[in-house]
Amino acid sequence: MFSLGAMSQKVYATKTGQISFDATGTCAEAIKATNNQVDSKFVDKSGQIVFSVLIKGFKFANALMEDHFNENYMESTKFPKADFKGFITNIASVNFAKDGIYEVSAKGTLTIGGKGKEITVPGTITVENGKPTIKANLSIPLTDFIHGSYIGSQISSNAKATIVCKYE
Amino acid sequence: MKIVFKKQLLVLCLVIMATCKMAIAQDVDLFKSLDEQDKKDKANQTDYTTAIFKTTRMINGQSIENVGSGVLDVKISHRFTPINAGAKGLWGLDGANMRMGVDYGINSKLMVGVGRTKFGLFDGFAKYKLIRQSTGKVTMPVSVALSAGVIWSTDKTGTYNNYTDRFNYSIQAIIARKFNDYVSLQVVPTVIHYNSVEKSSIPNNFYSVGLGGRLRLTKRVNLTAEYYYRITKPDDFTYAGSKPVNCLSVGFDIETGGHVFQFHFSNSPDMNDRSFINETVSKWNVDAVRFGFNIARVFVVNKPKEVKL
Repeated sequence: MFSLGAMSQKVYATKTGQISFDATGTCAEAIKATNNQVDSKFVDKSGQIVFSVLIKGFKFANALMEDHFNENYMESTKFPKADFKGFITNIASVNFAKDGIYEVSAKGTLTIGGKGKEITVPGTITVENGKPTIKANLSIPLTDFIHGSYIGSQISSNAKATIVCKYE
Repeated sequence: MKIVFKKQLLVLCLVIMATCKMAIAQDVDLFKSLDEQDKKDKANQTDYTTAIFKTTRMINGQSIENVGSGVLDVKISHRFTPINAGAKGLWGLDGANMRMGVDYGINSKLMVGVGRTKFGLFDGFAKYKLIRQSTGKVTMPVSVALSAGVIWSTDKTGTYNNYTDRFNYSIQAIIARKFNDYVSLQVVPTVIHYNSVEKSSIPNNFYSVGLGGRLRLTKRVNLTAEYYYRITKPDDFTYAGSKPVNCLSVGFDIETGGHVFQFHFSNSPDMNDRSFINETVSKWNVDAVRFGFNIARVFVVNKPKEVKL
């Protein structure tokens, strides 16, 4: 039964992926946070991929900034999670049996604060000893997602996010 | 027969997925499983309520909030003279009682603070968060904190000759609940201890209960109110020759990034627990109410270890 299943497809998963973002604008203080509990899975054959992250899991150096992030911008009690549901469009180009760095592109819906938006994100899959690591950088237009007003230029209108997920 | 086999396979696959995290499965729909996971997580995770109030002070007294771990909070507070001074006296802004202080978060549960109020009144406190309001797996209706403060007066007049006579203490239990994004309330049973009192008929311990609340007007502005009801009211206890009354303060919290501005009206000119709770002598009327503010600015002194940026 094992071999029967293995022939079809494989789901790679992690619960300890990392995502960090930087939304520093003209503000003197850096607006940065990191979340080390990204939940992600992808299927090697279909390229179907999901990321899910708890908004309150983003840790800031400044606890007050963290409060404001949750309270004023993300409304994280109402919208506790952000997620991405999509497909790696060129998954066929990745050989999971061979170590190497493969350029990939994912297309799907990014949902933050209950608002969804279609995005295409370029990234890489690094295969090492049969284990893939996905790395991607994306620019998140905050005005499309965050709630309420934000302080003019103090916060950048595009948050630069970096994702690193090592799958098992 | 075939259907039964498929079902068994699916069950087996789910077990493998759960244990190995590396799953072998057929026709997996990750979108569907993510939605199901979200539903499960909602029940299994504990969501701690944050930002019950905007800052660590309700108005004059403590709120349930702590400063974050490794964060230094500089607080400058003024209480002006009564607004009935009119235009000539700039509605009381000519004269002010003043407190300067710093608070520091030792960890996410414990904070300490020190301050000095005009003239020569030093205070210090420690506040510890015992219970956090939460929903989800652990449901807790309220947050609870304990605060212990000491006030030391350098003023040697009156009966307070001895060094030890000039100490006062306050112990408070702060019980707070955020009802929704707009309304939070707190109840604060309080004991004020005087090391020395003027007459033997006056007790050393004074009991009172504080009530505080906020109404969120916009994301950055809260309407706040604080009232302390005195339970211990000995007949011959006076302050500056007058009988004390209960202290009521009403104001606004305005938050702008790293600053919190609190503007308010109160019948007390004081900012120390002992003074504003027990020694407010002016009734809430136009002749006594005064304008005041607290300005708080936070600085990150010590970054938490888990935050690697």
